[in-house]
Formats: sequence, C-alpha cells, structure tokens
Amino acid sequence: MTTTSRMIPDRLQTPLERKLKSWESLLMLVAIGIFIINSFASPYFLNVWNLSDATFNFTEKAMIAFAMALLIISGEIDLSVAAIIALASTAMGAAVQLGVSTEGLVLIGLLVGLACGAFNGFLVTGLGLPSIVVTIGTMSLFRGISFIILGDQAYRGYPSDFAFFGQGYVWWVITFEFVLFAIIAVIYAIILHMTNFGRAVYAIGNNATAALFSGIRVGRVKFILFLLTGLMSGVAAICLTSRLGSTRPSIAVGWELEIVTMVVLGGVSILGGSGSIPGVVIAAFVMGLVTFGLGLLNVPGIVMSIVIGALLISVIALPRLWSMWRT
Amino acid sequence: MSTLTASDIDPLLSLSGVTKSFPGVRALSDVSLNLYPGKVTALVGENGAGKSTVVKVLTGIYQPDEGEIEIEGQQVRFPTPQSAESAGVTAIHQETVLFDELSVAENIFLGHAPKGKFGLIDKSVMTSRASEILSGIGANIEPSATLKDLGTANKHLVAIARALSIDARAVIMDEPTAALSQKEIEELYDLVEGLKAQGKAILFISHKFDEIFRIADFYTVYRDGQMVGEGAITDVSEPELVKMMVGRDVNQIYPERDHNIGTDILEVEGYEHPTEFADIGFNLRQGEILGFYGLVGAGRSEFMQALFGITRPSGGTVKIDGAPVTIRSPADAVECGIVYVPEDRGRQGTIGALPIFQNVTLPSLARTSRHGFINLANEFKLAREYTERLDLRAASLDTDVGNLSGGNQQKVVIAKWLATRPKVIILDEPTKGIDIGSKAAVHEFMAELAAQGLAIIMVSSEIPEIVGMSDRVIVMREGRIATELNRAEITPETLVSHAAGIREAAQ
Amino acid sequence: MKRFLASRELLLLIAIGLLLGVISSRFPAFIAPSNLVAVFNDTSPLILLAIGQMIVILTKCIDLSVAANLALTGMVVSLINIAVPGLPIVVMLFIAVAFGAVLGMFNGLLVWKLAIPPIVVTLGTMTIFRGTIFLLTEGKWVNSHEMSDTFKAFPRTEILGLPVLSWIAIAVVILFTIVMTRTTLGRAFYAAGGNPHAATYAGINVGRTQFWAFTISGALAGLTGYLWVSRFAVAYVDVAGGFELTVVAACVIGGVSIMGGIGSVPGALLGALFLGIIANALPVVNISPFWQMAISGGAIIIAVVLNAQANRTPGRIILKRAEHAT
Repeated sequence: MTTTSRMIPDRLQTPLERKLKSWESLLMLVAIGIFIINSFASPYFLNVWNLSDATFNFTEKAMIAFAMALLIISGEIDLSVAAIIALASTAMGAAVQLGVSTEGLVLIGLLVGLACGAFNGFLVTGLGLPSIVVTIGTMSLFRGISFIILGDQAYRGYPSDFAFFGQGYVWWVITFEFVLFAIIAVIYAIILHMTNFGRAVYAIGNNATAALFSGIRVGRVKFILFLLTGLMSGVAAICLTSRLGSTRPSIAVGWELEIVTMVVLGGVSILGGSGSIPGVVIAAFVMGLVTFGLGLLNVPGIVMSIVIGALLISVIALPRLWSMWRT
Repeated sequence: MSTLTASDIDPLLSLSGVTKSFPGVRALSDVSLNLYPGKVTALVGENGAGKSTVVKVLTGIYQPDEGEIEIEGQQVRFPTPQSAESAGVTAIHQETVLFDELSVAENIFLGHAPKGKFGLIDKSVMTSRASEILSGIGANIEPSATLKDLGTANKHLVAIARALSIDARAVIMDEPTAALSQKEIEELYDLVEGLKAQGKAILFISHKFDEIFRIADFYTVYRDGQMVGEGAITDVSEPELVKMMVGRDVNQIYPERDHNIGTDILEVEGYEHPTEFADIGFNLRQGEILGFYGLVGAGRSEFMQALFGITRPSGGTVKIDGAPVTIRSPADAVECGIVYVPEDRGRQGTIGALPIFQNVTLPSLARTSRHGFINLANEFKLAREYTERLDLRAASLDTDVGNLSGGNQQKVVIAKWLATRPKVIILDEPTKGIDIGSKAAVHEFMAELAAQGLAIIMVSSEIPEIVGMSDRVIVMREGRIATELNRAEITPETLVSHAAGIREAAQ
Repeated sequence: MKRFLASRELLLLIAIGLLLGVISSRFPAFIAPSNLVAVFNDTSPLILLAIGQMIVILTKCIDLSVAANLALTGMVVSLINIAVPGLPIVVMLFIAVAFGAVLGMFNGLLVWKLAIPPIVVTLGTMTIFRGTIFLLTEGKWVNSHEMSDTFKAFPRTEILGLPVLSWIAIAVVILFTIVMTRTTLGRAFYAAGGNPHAATYAGINVGRTQFWAFTISGALAGLTGYLWVSRFAVAYVDVAGGFELTVVAACVIGGVSIMGGIGSVPGALLGALFLGIIANALPVVNISPFWQMAISGGAIIIAVVLNAQANRTPGRIILKRAEHAT
C-alpha cells in the first residue's frame, strides 16, 4: 500500500540546526555577554559565594515562571501568582502560631497553592472567563485575604528547621533552592518537551479550536496548568517565607510582572503557542545576572527594572524592526 | 463560450484582466466582469470559484495583482474600502459585517456619519436618514435599537440599509437570501426591482438557480478562478449554466465504485438542538458514502458538530455497532470511532504553526507514545504511513502545515483522522477551496476508504460531488431532514428542489 | 436613554444605590452632601484613568503603564515647577497632558507599527517609566515645600463648593461621553474592538484606532499625574504604585469587556465610583481598610461573571419553529 514512488523526508533541518538558529542561542549569547561584562566591571563578581547568593535573585521567581510558561504557551495567563505566595505564606504563618510542624507547614503551603490554582482554573475553564481579568481579580482577592488576616502585622517564629528551604546549602556553595530550581526546570522541560501533555499544550496555544476538534480535552489541560501554576506558587512561598523568616501581606509584591517578563524574555510568545523551558532558564539567568551585576555596581533595583523593561520590549521589537527594514 | 452580451448599453463598472494570488492558491486568474446600469448581473460559480475574492477586489479589501477596474470608462483604483465607497461601489457581504454593540443607525452610517456642529455626529439627522432608508426598503426597525437585539433577518436588512446609505451606483449582493425566509426573499426581490428602477447596477451572487433566472438580466460564470462564460440570462438554460459552472460531465471524473455496502455501524435517532436542528435520525452502513446536501445554513455542519461532541444536543441517541454511546466532547467521539474533517480548515482543522507530523499524530499520541512520553520515531512512522497513502506533497514532514496549499492541508487533516483508525468519518465540504488535482485525489481516496469498509458521511454543497460520490443522500432544509434519496433518485434537480423546498420540481 | 435604562450601567447604579443605602442606614453621615463631595473628589483620579483605560480596552488592548505614566508625568511637572516656579497653571496643565500623551503614543506606536502585544508593551514601558523617575531624581522626593503654592493650590481650589479636581473629572466625563457617542473616532473605538474584521470592511484602520486609544489613555494619565502630585503635594518614584490594576478593576466592574467592543464612559465612571465608595466607606463602618483589597477582588470576579452571562452569544438560529408549527 505504501509503495509510493516519492519519499517525503522526515526533516530537512536536524533538531540541532534548529536550536542553533533559535531564540535560546541568541539569549545564551546575551547571558554570556553579561557575564563577561560583569566580571570585568566588578572584582567581586567572580566570587563563588557571591554568585551563589545571587541565585536567590531568580530561583523562586523562576520556579513559578516554568509553570507560567506552560500556561502562557497554552494561551492563558495567571497574574495572581504573587498573591498566591502571600496567601500561602500567611496560611503557613498562621499555622506556626498553632504549633504546626515543618512538615505540616510545607503541606499547608502546597495545598493553599493548589487550592488557589484550582479556583483560577475553575473560573477560567469551568465558567469560560478570560484569564487575564479573572486573575487580576483573584490577585486582589488572595492578597486581600492576607491583608485581612495580617493587616500591618507580620508572622514570625518559624521553626528553625523550616529555614533550610530558603537558607540551607546542599553541598558547598550549592543552595537547596538552586537544586530545587534545577530539578523543577528539568521536570518542566520533560513535561513540555517530551510528553503528550506538553504536545497538547502547544496545540492548544496555537489553535485551541483545532485542538478541541482534534480530540484534545482542552478544558482539562488548562485546568491542570492552573493547578500547576498554583502549586509552584506554593513551592515558591515555602522557599521565600523560609528565606525571609517572616510573613507580611506585602510579600512578593509585583512578582507577577517580573515572572511574566522572565517568561516572555525566555522566548515564550505572549499570544501562546511557542516557547521552551531552556529559554526560560536562560532568561532567569539573564535577569539574575543583570540584577546581581548592577547591584555590585551599586545601581539601585529600580534602574535594573528599566534595563529589564527595555530588554523585554527590544528583544521583541528589534527582530520585527529588522524584518520591516529589510522589506 | 456562449454568445457575448447583445447589449447596447455601456457597462457602468467593468473589471478586466484581474488576477489575484495568495500563497499556494491563485484565487483569480485574468477574470473580467461587467455591471450595467439598471440591470442585475448574476455571478455564478461553485464554492472556491473566486466569487468572494472578486467582491473583495471590488470593495477595496483586496488589491488585485494585475488588471483594471473601470467606472464609466474611467480607470479607478480602490486602495481602501473607503475609496470604493466614495466611487459608489457598495456591498452587502455574505457574513453580516456589523457591530453588535452599536445602534442600528450607527451601523448604517459607520464611517460616513452626517456631521453637524463642531464636526460632531449629528444624531438627529443620522436617525431620520436611517429611518428613511429603512422604511424605503420596507424594514420596520427602530434606528436607535441596539443591533444585538435584532434577529438575523433584520440584521440583514440593516446590512442592506448600510449599503444603500452611501449614494451607490453599483450594489453587490453576496448571497443575500441565504439567511432569509421565503417571504423575506420576496421582499428582497421587490427591493432589487426598486434599485434597478433607480438605474443602479447590481451584482447578484447566488447559488439558487430559481433566484438567478427570476431576477438576473445577465450572467457571468466563474470556475476555479477563471471566467468561463457571460451573456444574457435569456440566452442560457439552467443545464447550460450548470455545465459551465462545473465544466465537465458530472459522472465521468468521479471514481468508479463497487458499492459494497455492509451492516449498520452508526444509528442516530431524534437528535435535536434548541435552535439549530431537530428530529435528525438516520443510519449509516459500512462501506457507504452518505451525502448530506442542503443550502448553506441548512444546519448540516451544526448537526455534524453536535454528533462530534462540539455542541451539546438537547436530545437524541447515537448507537455505534448497536451499542448506545454518549458523546460529550470530541475526545469522546474519537474514542467511539467517529471523526470529523471540518469545513473551516484553517480554524478547526489544522494547527498551522505546528509541523505536519505533529498535526497528524495529535489524536493518536496515546498510540505512538509510551507511558505518556513522546516517541518521535513512532510519530514519524505513523505520519509517513498515512500522508503517503494520501499522496501528500511537502518538503518534509517537519514542514509547518500553514505553509502547505489548501489541498495538501486537507490531506493532512484526513491523514490525522485515518491514523486513529476510525469507524465513521465525517467530511464537511471536503473539497471546498482546493485545486482540481487535489479534489480528484480526495475523491479517489474516499472511494478507496469506502471500499475498505469505512463508513463515510460527506457534507457537501456541490451538486456534482454529491451526485458523483454518494450512495445515499439526506437533504436538509432549515435544520430538519427534508428527504432521503437512494442512489437512483439522486439527480441535481431533486437535490435542488428538496433543498429549496420547491414542490413542483420534485417530479 | 431607553438603551441606558436596560443596561449594565443601570444595574451598577442600583448596586451603588444599595451600597449607599446599607452604609447610610447605620452611618447617615456618610451620605451627607459634603461627604459625598469628598468621596467623589477622592475618586476623581481613578475616574480619569478609568475612562482612558476603558477606551484602550474597547479596542482589545490593555494599558498597564497608566500608573507609571502618572508618576513620571507627575515628577516631570514637579521638577519643572521647581525650575520655573512662576509658570502659569494653564501651561502646566498643557505640559502634563502633552507629556502623558507622548508616553501613550510610544505605547501606541509599538502596538500599531510593530504589532507587539499590548500587555507586553505596557508591561515594559511601565517599568521603564518608573525607572526613568529614578534616573531623573536619583530616588529623591519632591516635597511640599519645594512646590510653589499655585502649583499645589490648583486641584484644591473650590468652585461652587466643589474642588477643581472634581470639576476636571466631571468635565472629562462629559467630554468623553461626547467623544465616544458623537464622533467618528469614538464610534471607531467600538467598531475596532467589537469586530476588527468588519471594521476593516467599513474602512477603519484598526491599528491606528488603537494608537489613538493609547494616546488618550496617556494624556489622561499625564493630566492625572499633575493633579495627583499637586493634591498630595509630594512626588516620588512609587506614586500610585500598583494603581494600574485598580484602574482595570474599575473598568471591569463598570461592565467593560476585556474582549473589546463593550464599555461606556458612564460604566467606567460608575465602576470607579463603586470602588471609591467602598474605599471611603470602610473606615466609616469600622471595617479595617485592609478589607478593601479583597472586596475589590471579589467585586471584579463577580462583575466578570455577570458580564459574561449578559454577553453570552446565542447559538445560530436555523430552526423556524413558527413555520413548522402549522
């Protein structure tokens, strides 16, 4: 039956060729460039302990960014992630007052994250509401609950072994958070790039209607993605709370936008359908290196945000300007 | 070629040598078109013949690659929709291109509203002129009503009023009666007569022959993006027109089939939906091609999408191999062995930015993967097997589907479903907008599949296709089954008359 | 008028009436005219920004940079005030509006000419605008004593018992009610967002329409920037931090559909007032102001659920039951 005279080749470009011409390699060059500039600009840069400290600039945000990347690839967004951190952290803080153990605190953090994600997921997939508005709403709601509970107070007194998640070292200069970040990156890379679920995410983001018409359970996939984003927010809440040792309702304010920036910088299309986990990993390093390098030069955080903002727009604008100029 | 127009009148608007290409398709190739003052010219052609494209060229939405437009002998160009309007060319589009949130008067005058003091829109003038135009076409609609509160027929009248609100010399009506009831159609005819009396040149696009012979003065026939005939309507007969449209003898180019029909595989009973269809019941057998014919908007696609689990029916049962099944989603349908090749290929069929092999394997990933992990070698193998069966033309299986021609995209969609080894395949307008060569390939393949025992439902608005391919035909009209025809009864005349609800023609 | 009575705006008006009724049943002083004037005045900046945001959202875009624009323009006019204390207020207003409009045009150009998604553009410009304030001032505050008296007095000057700030909000509401209902551009905003495809058929350039929406949003943010810093007599980097989301919230509560094409000036006004009343009522009714955030979050969710119900498009109507009934 398949005695066709003509063979269609599987591929014209090898996957490696594709990768070399990709966004990720461009971003990698940027990262290396920043690394080199930084090491010349400040004598303190190439100190392993400083570098190790610098990873805290991005590890917690990046954990959420991986889940957010999948969500944005599928065509949705979750702006409530930082508010979920606040709520999960508040819940853990309240539990501390009741004498809950470290294991219990971790469980509570994860469960609150999952519950918030489920709530978002229900509103978006169950009721068919646009995720950007829904999560602007839940962002106020979740953090608002923290404010109701805490007001201008703070929870402290976390058990001493709880500090490990945000302050502990696994080996030499390698922090627990960095290891967790790496493990999560690998897990998400596997989910997105090597499983049927990941393929469905791309299909939905490119054309949700055609994906539905191809027998993909679109609502279910999106719901799971909201759950995952909530869960990762819970994980980040554990790390951040442990690192800070206290909970205020304003914890992680504005992180949602930094996380979205990280994802978009990593080459994920905000319109959905394309992007990769390695891209987000490199973007996390780029943002961390910029922040750390400028910090060593005593440039304040707010100016770094200009750099990040300009980076965000120019990485998208420049290729378009280039192709407009050529035609 | 039929005799040329024996008209003494000079055309008001004429199009000559117009060519328009899109990536992968040549939509118009050196076509011409003439519209005469006070006359109706019917533009006829099958789906994909280039009628919609020519309307878009005439209304400034597309720019032709080559060719000229003349109005009263003066060469004109329409770089924007406004320039076409200001030249007096206006169109009532097939899809109602209106704005739900705006009022009726605002819809009519959007883009050319009467201005009063300080350049502000003069609402009272706008309202009174709107009600003038509306009452002029016998529409009883309040100009201040919000459009979304109107029914389909009234929305259509607003679209007509919009077209008449500019001082048009040429009016294009793109399938104006598709959504109207018989009574409303009669009113539209009166309206057309009124426009003729005012000396306007009218382009009338329709699939309904009774309509064309009743209202048109001239005809122009397009086929596959080319003009194949024009003349006075009195000089042509219906079969001649059909022959020009189709361009070949209906039976010959369709594949020979041995009609080896087996046992019942799909039974549908009492399927209904609150607004889209009611009382649909039929059975489908192995190796059978069941045609679904009807006018555009008869509810065929809507029913098929309910059967495929996209929309929820309000009642009815489905049995596969005699066992009742519940279909709540396309995923359920695929599990039951029912697959659907949609009409709207770009939106519902293909994922343009993903490569061919990923499109093909998307519903079959459970089979090519292990424990949910992608296995690329298996995927390429499966994709290759089915795309080669369909003789797909592509640079590689890694090519994005969006870069393929319409015909090859359709082959990808069909390959995608065959790879799931379905029992029933529903093809909704399977050859719409694809080139002749691919069309024949799709038809050949359908015959081959039927011979292998697959049960096929083919929704089609193309009479030759229905006649040439079907073992049995169900004709739908206004959301219901109008009739069921067995093979001996399938003729263009019976199909048209049942679809349009014309009694005397049903012999 | 008839349209208005059957609309989402009316529902919201009733909701606000109920809210006021409940509050006043226990705290009658809240609906005293002088207090209502104070509430309105306090809400005026939100009203101004919500109208601009409403127009942007109508065209299927979003402007997350409004609060940063406000802060930057506010800082720029404060610095100009320090440099040229004698500058007439009219000139100052002009500078604020023009500067804000230019920032808005920058957003608009990126969206129109480069087709970059609005959320990305304004996310980026948001951080750039705020960062620029820091570059201008090195993080220093411009305090009350550095501002000239006329500069500070303008928004607080009372005319007929109402501060100028409130009068400006009223004027902008009236102006944009006219713009949105009586001008070609106003109708184009609805058309471009409601049905971009059809808008092209009607000869509307969707990208250019979006550009003007961002320009208007920017101009209003700039105007509000001057009014904000002069009213509070202080300018610094974090002025109105996070306010962009409150503005979006006011629009959503006001019935503006994030999918574009649906919304009105009265809706944005009422949405802003709803949030303004809650913010002002909480301390009065002895609920901790910390409740405010959760309440507005809940209100957004409820509003978006209700809007979605109201805007659900019915399926295609093919069956002609009446014809078959006989």
